[in-house]
Amino acid sequence: MTVMEQRGAYRPTPPPAWQPRTDPAPLLPDAEPYRVLGTEAAAKADPELLRTLYAQLVRGRRYNAQATALTKQGRLAVYPSTTGQEACEIAAALVLEERDWLFPSYRDTLAVVARGVDPVEALTLLRGDWHTGYDPYEHRVAPLCTPLATQLPHAVGLAHAARLKGDDVVALAMVGDGGTSEGDFHEALNFAAVWQAPVVFLVQNNGFAISVPLAKQTAAPSLAHKAVGYGMPGRLVDGNDAAAVHEVLSDAVRHARAGGGPTLVEAITYRVDAHTNADDATRYRGDAEVETWREHDPIQLLERELTARGLLDEAGKQAARDAAEAMAADLRAHMNQDPVLDPMDLFAHVYAEPTSHLREQRDQLRAELEAAAETAPEGGTHR
Amino acid sequence: MTTVAVKPATMAQALTRALRDAMAADPAVHVMGEDVGTLGGVFRVTDGLAKEFGEDRCTDTPLAEAGILGTAVGMAMYGLRPVVEMQFDAFAYPAFEQLISHVSRMRNRTRGKMPLPITIRVPYGGGIGGVEHHSDSSEAYYMATPGLHVVTPATVADAYGLLRAAIASDDPVVFLEPKRLYWSKDSWNPEEPAPVEPIGRAVVRRSGRSATLLTYGPSVPVCMEAAEAARAEGWDLEVVDLRSLVPFDDETVCASVRRTGRAVVVHESGSFGGPGGEIAARVTERCFHYLEAPVLRVAGFDVPYPPPMLERHHLPGVDRILDAVGRLQWEAES
Ligand SMILES: Cc1ncc(C[n+]2csc(CCOP(=O)(O)OP(=O)(O)O)c2C)c(N)n1
Repeated sequence: MTVMEQRGAYRPTPPPAWQPRTDPAPLLPDAEPYRVLGTEAAAKADPELLRTLYAQLVRGRRYNAQATALTKQGRLAVYPSTTGQEACEIAAALVLEERDWLFPSYRDTLAVVARGVDPVEALTLLRGDWHTGYDPYEHRVAPLCTPLATQLPHAVGLAHAARLKGDDVVALAMVGDGGTSEGDFHEALNFAAVWQAPVVFLVQNNGFAISVPLAKQTAAPSLAHKAVGYGMPGRLVDGNDAAAVHEVLSDAVRHARAGGGPTLVEAITYRVDAHTNADDATRYRGDAEVETWREHDPIQLLERELTARGLLDEAGKQAARDAAEAMAADLRAHMNQDPVLDPMDLFAHVYAEPTSHLREQRDQLRAELEAAAETAPEGGTHR
Repeated sequence: MTTVAVKPATMAQALTRALRDAMAADPAVHVMGEDVGTLGGVFRVTDGLAKEFGEDRCTDTPLAEAGILGTAVGMAMYGLRPVVEMQFDAFAYPAFEQLISHVSRMRNRTRGKMPLPITIRVPYGGGIGGVEHHSDSSEAYYMATPGLHVVTPATVADAYGLLRAAIASDDPVVFLEPKRLYWSKDSWNPEEPAPVEPIGRAVVRRSGRSATLLTYGPSVPVCMEAAEAARAEGWDLEVVDLRSLVPFDDETVCASVRRTGRAVVVHESGSFGGPGGEIAARVTERCFHYLEAPVLRVAGFDVPYPPPMLERHHLPGVDRILDAVGRLQWEAES
């Protein structure tokens, strides 16, 4: 029989009545971002939590300002600020239990600090003295991830492994709106849903991927809608409403821990500062837009709520500011010391055991440094 | 006699001019990538192109390198000549699947029916104090993939000429831009751009008799400086700028090494499995009887690219090159 005859003979059996595996309706995000502050839902919020969030937001804002100032003094190579996005950063850190894991993107230094990593260590990558300054196992924080979205499959794998081992550990992975276009984002969501892995994906939609606005990034009604196609719930939240972000993320973490599988949370926020200190934002956006968002500031939103409910007075505000100032002073003091680096570190951790050619290269560098030290006792320059 | 004031221009400006001229000359040329439109690219190489040619010709894509190169494949299939920008060396890796599985072999697997005239611009290399993933030298990966041309300019004029040649090529070209030379200047007149260099020719940047430094891209100025410094030691070094790693100009290289009898390959990328090994082997195969010493390599260490505060210890500098030249006065160890 020829191939054509075979083809002619082929009759597909008619499919059985098709049923979607999951009803998409409960997975779909609400049309409006979820809000707590300034709504009736606020009455149910725990005052203690709101106060904690407030203190942390104020501290976070100060951290962003201090780190940005350090770039101007040349103490940091680069800093991607999260000013205006503090509610997402803080909530992401606060909703996790100690045993849980945080998978930050390169922008999420603040979440890393809020999770308990030493502020100076958290800046090591951006300062330029080493690639990751902290021990990922100490606070269960993966290294700040520079390539976009590549940390998301890692989060899925870790959460999956934890479940295989019988641990009730949740991974929370952060990504920007631009990062959702990468293949790794899609693959991570798909794996997570198929494996029902205990992962929460937090997209901080801050409007831009460097210069590219969301409209050029996606044609989806919202980024949260993307969840439905993979078979997980998508949730939309006002990313400047710390109480709302905290609540939505807590729900998602609880759902994941209980074996319910992953959730995609899109927090709608705004990048008030430029992409990094090296970026010129005036090339792609106007001041008016930024001003509108400044009026929807996460700290002010929370402050208004707390004040209206009599939970915060001038003394309380001052206390938060003082604590933030102390943190900043400490950070400044530590960052103003020159880090002491050993050039031999280049070879220290490439393999568990250095290979023969690395040993050779290490000896070469050592000899060079010794020769340089001899000719110029001040620790002379190496051309 | 009228003297024309020659404006010093930067390498980045020369690249912009090359893109603009290529787009003006051929409506099939399309520029695409992350932030190439409104922003003009993070290095401003595509500055003004979207304004001049419209967003369909200079397109801000979604943030997805595999998608950028993958869609470029389809566009090239349909007769366009895409020029894609990968924002940084290490962010091109998501596109490797497309590059290796399709871009590099489409001509071959279709017996020449479907050539892909795509130019892939990749800012590469270190020395600018970038954090992790902003300083890789990835040329060895590209060189190891048959079907790709791999070129890298070291001068402002070459940046223009080579990029025009790359865009005109009917084959895919990986165009590696040494990012620490973006702001380098020389008196190249952007109003009268230099003629297009054919891809595949090396050039002798400085002639000498004692030994040849074989180098490319960001290491060319370092080698020129080393050659100057070597005069004090009584060495007269020749510097060959390879410009094109694939195809490789054996002729120019071997002519030089046969003249000098000694050679050092200099590049930033690691030496083990790096470009220098291939180059040294070729030179040895072709010039064995002319060589007075083994071909040496001065390269970056075989470590992941270090953080900014340590990169000066990693990058091959003048002293390391001079040390190697010293070792070329080679005598068999007894
Ligand atoms: C794979 C990859 N491609 C490109 C880049 C360069 N880059 C760094 S940040 C950025 C924009 C990211 O935008 P988004 O995901 O929205 O996060 P945001 O910066 O807004 O927090 C780009 C293109 C990168 N880091 N990784």
